[in-house]
Amino acid sequence: MRKEYSLGGETVHAIQGISFEVPVGDYISIMGPSGSGKSTLLNILGCLDRPTSGSYLLSGDDVRQMSDDQLAETRATRIGFVFQSYNLLPALSVVENIEVPLYYSGKISAARRTRCLELAEMVGLSDRLAHRPAQLSGGQQQRVAIARSLVNDPRFILADEPTGNLDSTTTGEILDLMQQLNSEGRTIIVVTHESEVAERTKRSIVLRDGKIMDDKRHM
Amino acid sequence: MATWFRTIRLSIKSLLLHPLRSSLTVLGIFIGVCSVIWLLALGEGIGTAAQEQIASLGAQNIIVRTIKPSSDEFEDGGYGLTRADYVRLITTIPTIDEALPIREVGREFRNQTRYFEGRLVGCSPEYATVTRLDLDRGRFLTGVDLKQERNLCVLAAESAQRLFPFENPLGESIMVGRNFYTVVGVLKPRAPSAGIGGSFAAEDYSLDVYIPITTMWRRDGDMEIVTKPGTFQRDLFELSQITLRVDDRENVLATADVIRDTISADHTMRDFGMTVPLELLQQAHTTRLMFILFLGLIAAISLVVGGIGIMNIMLATVTERTREIGIRRALGAKRRDIVRQFVVESVVLSVVGGLFGILGGVFCRPLSVAIRGELYRQFPKMMNDLPELIRTVEPILVSWSVPLAFAISVGVGVVFGVYPAMRAAQLDPIEALRHE
Repeated sequence: MRKEYSLGGETVHAIQGISFEVPVGDYISIMGPSGSGKSTLLNILGCLDRPTSGSYLLSGDDVRQMSDDQLAETRATRIGFVFQSYNLLPALSVVENIEVPLYYSGKISAARRTRCLELAEMVGLSDRLAHRPAQLSGGQQQRVAIARSLVNDPRFILADEPTGNLDSTTTGEILDLMQQLNSEGRTIIVVTHESEVAERTKRSIVLRDGKIMDDKRHM
Repeated sequence: MATWFRTIRLSIKSLLLHPLRSSLTVLGIFIGVCSVIWLLALGEGIGTAAQEQIASLGAQNIIVRTIKPSSDEFEDGGYGLTRADYVRLITTIPTIDEALPIREVGREFRNQTRYFEGRLVGCSPEYATVTRLDLDRGRFLTGVDLKQERNLCVLAAESAQRLFPFENPLGESIMVGRNFYTVVGVLKPRAPSAGIGGSFAAEDYSLDVYIPITTMWRRDGDMEIVTKPGTFQRDLFELSQITLRVDDRENVLATADVIRDTISADHTMRDFGMTVPLELLQQAHTTRLMFILFLGLIAAISLVVGGIGIMNIMLATVTERTREIGIRRALGAKRRDIVRQFVVESVVLSVVGGLFGILGGVFCRPLSVAIRGELYRQFPKMMNDLPELIRTVEPILVSWSVPLAFAISVGVGVVFGVYPAMRAAQLDPIEALRHE
């Protein structure tokens, strides 16, 4: 798979031919220094972007061939996002934030609403449902974001430096939560540069200059 | 359906995050919609008032009136419509149902020590119906009065008030020049009608005294001598006006042409003028349409300004909420979901403005009365200089202006909301997510 950008008249080869497979139920970390193509890879994996050449098969569907609407639909129904900066909507309450992906997957219903409450409970925020994101700590916000990523019941969760803004205690809590999700059978890919996060995953891929440097499985 | 409902709720929520900004935007649309309704109502009011004045002349009537020619055109021979004209008209034109000869002169009326200057009108019994005079007390003139050339008179409301402020005028006598006339009837007040013979001054009936025209001919003759300090004026004319009623509305315009030809044949001077109310009505109709179009244009401009306000705000909002757009896109929002969200937001703004505008528009009548009252108090001089029509105009709410205004406000929201919404949807989700 390759990805090229045209930036200020120069072509940037962000990803220069990488290839890997992720089996269902795997828990992978992607590491690498900045500029190594991590973010680009993540955007492609998250169906926010398409590879320039090569192919990205998501459960057998070629993402490169998808239209903009199909990409959006894939993001809505098959992928859960967790971001470094949480990316909650500041005007909405905790429950409403968790509900947002339901609007776009078209699955909103009373049963799904109940699921939002269950998810809030699962991430330990059932007593803060009406709070705004600004009233929560970083760890709590990230837990809201995790609950939000699960609301459409995706098989595949993408986390971009989920613990980058958190202290070590909350980092541990978030990692526990992700491990729990993985043990429920969800495939998880985490982009990180913290080795302690990478160590908790089952497999680490290290990128450098748009190429895979290392791909090792932990025990 | 549920999606729309949710989107609307969401947009109201976002708009309430910036209450001042949103309400100022709403104000722009409010003013636009309000002015649509107000200006249409004012146009309708002025148009209706003008049409009523013309219609009060009677759409089936044709009015021929004596006009005094310029002094170098005539010497002592007299001028104007003659009894011969009158006879020729009723005998030669079959489409004329009725013709009323009328002669009006200025006179001083007296009842003992009370007096006023008014208009003495020699006329026939049909005058009352043709000019729509309503009786308050007593009776109007009759055919017998005319035949016997009786010394009777009927007073207009104001005239009766001047001469008999406290007593019942019926049966009393008033003095006109050297003659006495017995009062047999008093009329109700009547609104002025549109001017005749091309003049814009409305014809006022309030200071009239009506007598049989035959009596006037016998007692007064055709000579009018007006002497005032320093002037001496002599006028010789037989009739001041002939009001003709045509048998059918269809024939009015054709008959008018025939009448013009018939009279012109015998008049070398330009000493008569014709008024065809039907023609005036048609003209007034065109004028009114143009008026409404013109006012509508002004209102449309203010709506466009309001719309630009919406667009401005929405563009600012899109820039401000780039990150939100990115988050929503990452969570699976399609381009059209984003377009819908922002269009709905701008439509909500414009509809709220529109609803307030309609509310303000519906109350335009009492509001305009209040405003006019206030203007009278503040600038009485300026107000009194304004034309009668503008001073007294009553706005009439045009029923279709309310749905129109509403539709326009929704339209403005959509039209001016689409561009910012498209801009929002075109944002690259990755770029938008990175936006701070």
